[in-house]
Amino acid sequence: MAEAKERKTDIGPPHYEKLMPPIIKKNYGKWKYHERLKPGVLVHVAESGDKLFTVRAGSPRLVSVEYLRKYAELADKYCDGYLRFTSRNNVEFLLTDESKIDPLIKELKSEGFPVGGVGAAISNIVHTQGWVHCHSAATDASGIVKSVMDDLHEYFAGKEVPGKLRIALACCLNMCGAVHCSDIAILGIHRRPPRIDHSNLNKVCEIPNVIASCPTGAIRPATVDGQSSVEVEEDRCMFCANCYTVCPSMPLNDPLNDGLSIWVGGKVSNARSEPRFSKLAIPYIPNNPPRWPEVVEAVRNIVEVWVKHARKYERMGEFIDRIGWPRFFKLTGIEFSKEHIDDYKYAGLTYKRSAQLRHS
Amino acid sequence: MADSGNGKTPLLDELEKGPWPSFVTQIKSVAEKNPRARALLQLLERSYREKIGHWKHGGIVGVFGYGGGVIGRYSDLPEEYPDVAHFHTLRVNQPSGWFYTSDSLRTLADLWEEHGSGLTNMHGSTGDIILLGTSTDELEPTFEALTNAGFDLGGSGSCVRTPSCCIGQARCEWACYDTLALTHDLTMAFQDELHRPFFPYKFKFKCAGCPNDCVASIARADMSIIGTWRDDIQVDKAAVKAYADDGMNIERDVCGNCPTKCIQWAGKEIDIDNENCVKCMHCINVMPKALSPGKDRGATILLGSKAPILEGAIISSVLIPFIKIEPPYTEIKELTEKIWDFWGEHGKNRERVGELMQRVGLGNFLEEIELEPIPEMIAHPRENPYIFFEEYFEEDEEEGE
Ligand code: SF4
Ligand code: SF4
Ligand code: SF4
Ligand code: SF4
Repeated sequence: MAEAKERKTDIGPPHYEKLMPPIIKKNYGKWKYHERLKPGVLVHVAESGDKLFTVRAGSPRLVSVEYLRKYAELADKYCDGYLRFTSRNNVEFLLTDESKIDPLIKELKSEGFPVGGVGAAISNIVHTQGWVHCHSAATDASGIVKSVMDDLHEYFAGKEVPGKLRIALACCLNMCGAVHCSDIAILGIHRRPPRIDHSNLNKVCEIPNVIASCPTGAIRPATVDGQSSVEVEEDRCMFCANCYTVCPSMPLNDPLNDGLSIWVGGKVSNARSEPRFSKLAIPYIPNNPPRWPEVVEAVRNIVEVWVKHARKYERMGEFIDRIGWPRFFKLTGIEFSKEHIDDYKYAGLTYKRSAQLRHS
Repeated sequence: MADSGNGKTPLLDELEKGPWPSFVTQIKSVAEKNPRARALLQLLERSYREKIGHWKHGGIVGVFGYGGGVIGRYSDLPEEYPDVAHFHTLRVNQPSGWFYTSDSLRTLADLWEEHGSGLTNMHGSTGDIILLGTSTDELEPTFEALTNAGFDLGGSGSCVRTPSCCIGQARCEWACYDTLALTHDLTMAFQDELHRPFFPYKFKFKCAGCPNDCVASIARADMSIIGTWRDDIQVDKAAVKAYADDGMNIERDVCGNCPTKCIQWAGKEIDIDNENCVKCMHCINVMPKALSPGKDRGATILLGSKAPILEGAIISSVLIPFIKIEPPYTEIKELTEKIWDFWGEHGKNRERVGELMQRVGLGNFLEEIELEPIPEMIAHPRENPYIFFEEYFEEDEEEGE
C-alpha cells in the first residue's frame, strides 16, 4: 500500500496566524479599546494607533459553497481577503480602510445579508440541525430561526434595546447549542414515550445498555411475542430520548406531539450577575411549519416586554430578578401551569422559600 | 423518485421570504448542480409537510485510522431519495478564532463541491466547520483533499472534542491570555485523544479571554478556561472624566450594577475597592476607554459544564481560581491528564466529568486529582449536617495519650 504511506493524518487545523490580516499580526495583544461606530460596525484601536474596522453580517449558518465564494469575493474586494466567523455564526469582514465600510455594507445588504448584531442588540440565533440533518429532532431548527429573525431583524440591525439579548434554539433535549443558558431559548421537545420496535430491538441494541440509559429507570426488560425486548413504564418517562440515542429501535419522534418549549433568563457572561440557567416560560407550542407563527409571536412578546420594562444593561434574567416571576407572567400574559413547577432532582430548591412577595 | 415527484417545494419557498438570509436560498443555490442538495431539499420539504424528520442514526462510518470526525447519517426513505440515502457529515477542525482568507474559503468550497452536498455550517455548535452530507465512498477522498489543503477532522464521539476560543488578543483588548495560542496548542497536543475516542464520553475545552465569556465556555465546556486578573483594574482618570462630561450616569450605570458594590463615583473620580472586585467585567464593558483589566493576568479554570443529557445540565465550577497561562502550558495539561485518568477509570459509560464530580463528590474528586480544597470552589459551605467523616478516635488511643 504505497498510497497509505503518503496519507497525512493528525495534522490539526491550519495555524491561525496564516489566516490573519497583517494589522492583527502587528497589533496582536496590543489593542487599546474598541467602539461601536454604528450598527454592525466596530473599530478597534491599537496602542500603535492602528485602526481595525469590523463589519458584521448575519448568516443563516447553513451556507452553500456558492455563498462561501461570495463571502470570499467580498473579502477580496474590500479587505484584502480577510474575514472571520463569530461564535454566533455571523461573518465579520476585517477592514483597514475606513472609506470602504459603507460600500461594503451597501453590497452586503444588496446581497441580502443584514449588517448588525454588535453590542446591545439581538444577535444571530445559535442553533442546531433539525430536520435538515438530525435523527432526534423534535422540530426543524433553520426554519424557526429564519422566521424568528425575520421578525426580530430590526433589533439585529440597530433598533435600540436595553442590553444584550441572546437567543438560542435546540431541536431536542441534547441541546447542541447553549440553550440552557440563554436569555431566550427555543427548545424542541418530544411528548410521547418511545415507540418500541420489538421485532428489531434485540438485533440492533444491547438491552442492558438500553435499560441503563434511562435516567428515571422507566425501562424494564420484557419478552414480547417471544422476542427479548424492553418495555417503558409510561408515567415515569420524561421524553428525554436518552434511550433513543443508544438504541434506534426506540424512536420518540411523533408529528402529533412534538413541538417547542420556550425558556428565559439564562446567561453565560459573568458581567454583573453570575451565569445561570434558563427557566421555563412556555411548556409547549405545537409544531407549525413552515413559519411557526406561534413561536415567532411568543418570542416577540417576551422581547417586547423586556425592551419596554428592563433597565439599561439588564439581561432578561436580571430583569426578572428585579420584577419577580409573578410579574413576568403577568406582563407577558403567559399562563402559569403545573408544568412550570420543577419535579426532578432537588426541585424543592426552586420553590419560593420566603414571604418576600409583591402583592400589587 | 415517487414522492419527490414534481420537485416543487411550496412550504420551503415560504422561508425564502423576509429580510433574514434564508437557508432555503442557500440550498437552492447549489441544488441545480448538486444531486445531493437537490434531494435534501425534497426530503426536507417532506419533513415540513409531515412534521417529522427523516434521518436515522446508523452504523459507525469514518476515515481510516480515525475513530471520529464523521457523523454517520442515513435517510429512512433511501429508495425514494437515493441521493441522500447516505448523508454523512464531516467535522473539520476550524482554525482558532475562525479566521479565514478568501483563498482558504475557496479551497473548502471547491473540495466540498466536488465531494459532497455543497452545503456547510459555518460553524457547528462545538466550533467545527461542518461539511453536511456525503456518501460513504466519498469520505476517504474528502479526507485526502482536506489534508492536502492543510485541514484535518475534528472530534466526535467519546473523545476530546474540537477545542474552540474567543477572538482573544487577536482583536480584543480585554483578553487576559492568548486564547488562540492555547486552543491551537491543546488541539495539537491532544490529536490522538481528539481523533481516537477512548473516554467514557465527550470532553470539551473552551477558552475565553475574559469573564464576558463570548464562547459560552462556562456552560458548554467540560474544561472552561476563562481569562481574569488578580491585581487592580487599570483606570485612566482623564478618560473617566470624559465619559462623565459626555453625560454618562456613572453612579447609576456603572456603580449601581457592580455586584459587590466595590466601585464608587464621588462625582469626580472613580474609586475601586479592588480586594472586593469579583472581576465581573461590567464597569470595563461600560467604560472601555477608561477602565481595563489589571496587568497581572491569567485565567480561572472551571470544570464540568454540560447540557442536560444525562443527569441534568451543569454550569462549570471553579477548580483553580487563578493560573498563569504561558506556553508550554504544562500545568494545564498535567491537570487535564489527571482528570482524564480518574474519569477513564471511574467514569460510567456516557458519564461526563461534571457528572462524575457530582457523583463522587467534589471533595473526593479533588483528592483523586491531587488538588487541595479551597473556599473559592464553593458558593457556600454545606448546609446539611450529614458529614461523612472518614475516621474517628477510639477510646484506647485517647487514653493512651
Ligand atoms: S439538539 Fe438534538 S435534534 Fe438538534 S442537532 Fe442536537 S442532537 Fe440533533
Ligand atoms: S425517553 Fe428518557 S425517560 Fe423516557 S424511556 Fe427513554 S430514556 Fe427513559
Ligand atoms: S471573552 Fe472577553 S476577551 Fe474574549 S472576545 Fe469576549 S470580551 Fe474579548
Ligand atoms: S469588574 Fe465588576 S466587580 Fe469589579 S469593580 Fe467592575 S463592576 Fe465591580
